[in-house]
Amino acid sequence: MLTAIFAIGLYLAVLVLVVGTAFRLVHYVRIPVPLVIPTTPAPITRTGVVARLLREVVFFESLFKGSKWTWLFGWIFHFAMLMVLLEHLRYVSEPVWLWIVAIQWIGLYAGIAMCLGLVGLAVRRVLVDRIRYISAPSDHLMLLLLVGIGASGVGMKVFWHTDIVALKAFVIGLIRFDWQPLPGDPALLVHLSLVIVLMLIFPFSKLLHAPAVFFSPTRNMVDTPREHRHVSGWEETRTSHRKVASHEPKPRG
Amino acid sequence: MPVITEHLQVPRVQPDAMAETKPFVAKAEFQEALGFPGKLVDNWQSVALDKMSELLGKYRALPVFLDACVKCGACTDKCHYYLGTGDPKNMPVARQDLMRNVYRRYFTVAGRYFPKLVGAQDLTESVLEDWYRYYHQCSECRRCSVYCPFGIDTAEITMAGREILASVGLGQKYANEIIGKVHKIGNNLGLPEPALADTLTGLEEEVEEDIGVKVRFPLDEAGADVLLVTPSADFFAEPHVDGLIGYAKVFHQAGIRWTLSSYASEAANFGIFIGNYDQMQKVAERIRQAALDLGVRRIVIGECGHAWRVAYSYWNTLIGPFDFLDTDYPAPQHVCEMTYDLIQRGALTLDPSANDNKIVTFHDSCNVSRGSRMGSIPGGQFTLPREIIQAVCNHFVDMAPETTHEQTFCCGGGGGLLTDDLLELRVKGALPRVTALKQVVDNHGVTHMAAICAICKSQFSKVLPIYGFDMDMIVSVHQLVGDALVFDSAH
Repeated sequence: MLTAIFAIGLYLAVLVLVVGTAFRLVHYVRIPVPLVIPTTPAPITRTGVVARLLREVVFFESLFKGSKWTWLFGWIFHFAMLMVLLEHLRYVSEPVWLWIVAIQWIGLYAGIAMCLGLVGLAVRRVLVDRIRYISAPSDHLMLLLLVGIGASGVGMKVFWHTDIVALKAFVIGLIRFDWQPLPGDPALLVHLSLVIVLMLIFPFSKLLHAPAVFFSPTRNMVDTPREHRHVSGWEETRTSHRKVASHEPKPRG
Repeated sequence: MPVITEHLQVPRVQPDAMAETKPFVAKAEFQEALGFPGKLVDNWQSVALDKMSELLGKYRALPVFLDACVKCGACTDKCHYYLGTGDPKNMPVARQDLMRNVYRRYFTVAGRYFPKLVGAQDLTESVLEDWYRYYHQCSECRRCSVYCPFGIDTAEITMAGREILASVGLGQKYANEIIGKVHKIGNNLGLPEPALADTLTGLEEEVEEDIGVKVRFPLDEAGADVLLVTPSADFFAEPHVDGLIGYAKVFHQAGIRWTLSSYASEAANFGIFIGNYDQMQKVAERIRQAALDLGVRRIVIGECGHAWRVAYSYWNTLIGPFDFLDTDYPAPQHVCEMTYDLIQRGALTLDPSANDNKIVTFHDSCNVSRGSRMGSIPGGQFTLPREIIQAVCNHFVDMAPETTHEQTFCCGGGGGLLTDDLLELRVKGALPRVTALKQVVDNHGVTHMAAICAICKSQFSKVLPIYGFDMDMIVSVHQLVGDALVFDSAH
């Protein structure tokens, strides 16, 4: 029964995460970007734009310029979470890839660092009057949810060890559609439940910021409007009830 | 009245500090002239939501920006209007939230079913009033977008907000009246051809009296090489006109045949301010028409911030391609690009000691800095004007780095807010810039601040005296150039 609930829950969560996010991104792609609006100075080559996006995603370049504390906590949280996710690949790879074996030692520290980063962000959200002002309940809860995931994970490593061999069998079973029993340890169930919630809300929440950064015209456009004529792209997509602006030059005498 | 402190302070949140401030609403005749309803329509809520839905489908930036914000707060202390007023709705993210909360309520699953949880909000009358107030307390300067980890540009949200407001009948008087004048007469000031011709003749006489050389100010001369399109403030406002004299002297000494156009006697394009693509295109179209009618080979843009953004970033899309112009020159070209090239080629005789009575700093204008480029490499919009100034002045000092280049502060009057009904906001919004200015005045004896934007020049002429500075501190870059140009018998 427990196994079935979590198996179905995880299938559903992955489905919502993947399909929901894909749906959203396809929606973005279908909307035109009528004008050239990179925040300048901006790269003047495609390669330059790729580098700009990479710096944004890997180092949080703009955030670094904006707020050192938020950058510090935010970057620690995200980087640690990446490490934790990589470490977790041992549950889905069989046999476990060597490089994943090699980074297993990082998991515990990364889990702790992730929680510390999140706590830093949460404290700022409560203490800085400007950030408190802009926070909705969901902004606080999102941090709580992530702390819950991190803390329950770290807890399993340190205090409430679970049967990870059985857990792995469960995960592999999910992948092969050959369900195996899920260990019933409370910490694990809490951990998995919170992860399911996170995946379910991803496409409907600000968690979309992760893929959205690649679609941000101020960051992904090449600054060559004089060299290359950008067209609005409205003709194909504009709905018919409004006059379509003409972008092609009219013949003149 | 804000007080200049040694270092800029981030104010505590003071809710509703600027809730009383808003510009006049456009009268029916000016609204209708632009195709907007004359007054607030009865079914404004559904009209506004329809408009919002339309814009969400026309501008990718809008849904991406509304979805992506994580409320990290990096932008909260970056807006000059927040820094000057402490009103939390002037924090970029809070300004966006005025629209984001409505977007969530009507266009997202989370906001439809759990509005309280995600801060979603119905589009009520008080929300609409907040839109009108706070979308007219943003100068669309893009400073916040520099620091946003997702590049969210509040200017895009403000433009959408203003477009929705105009579509329900709440256009802004200042911007819409000006756009009307451009359509009717050809420039923001409503200066007709005879008056313009008169002004230019007067300038010719003035310059000849001054330097003994007949520098021409040609108008509507077919067959000229260059069409100069400049903000109409350059024709008579101080210190703008000295910039125009500077351009004319450069053209004269370089031997370039140039002309102004009475049909397209305005570089400014307030269509960008109200976020309306069609208006922006219609205003820009006059310039293409004038260039074709006069048969020019180049278009050069005078010192004007948003005009340069529209010309540089949008013209090719709006009114391009420019295949009828000389491909040896960028189309369009900024007057600073032209002057810089002439200096590089040694085509100008300059005596920087003519400006030895000045210690000059440079105010980067927001639209030039964060919405355009000059020259062939990124950041040319910062280096070219500075190199020009340093070629014509012996004493140049930059302001603090966190207030220059792409981190520059708006003058406080950009984005269609340069109107006296917003004077309090303009004064408070100038605080970050004047704080940085005071530092270089106190530490380096700076006497003048040069700018390349008509709005910046007008704004500073008005607010600098309020902060205890000399009104004449603000000068055009091309005034400095013009004063340093040496004319002798050889020319």
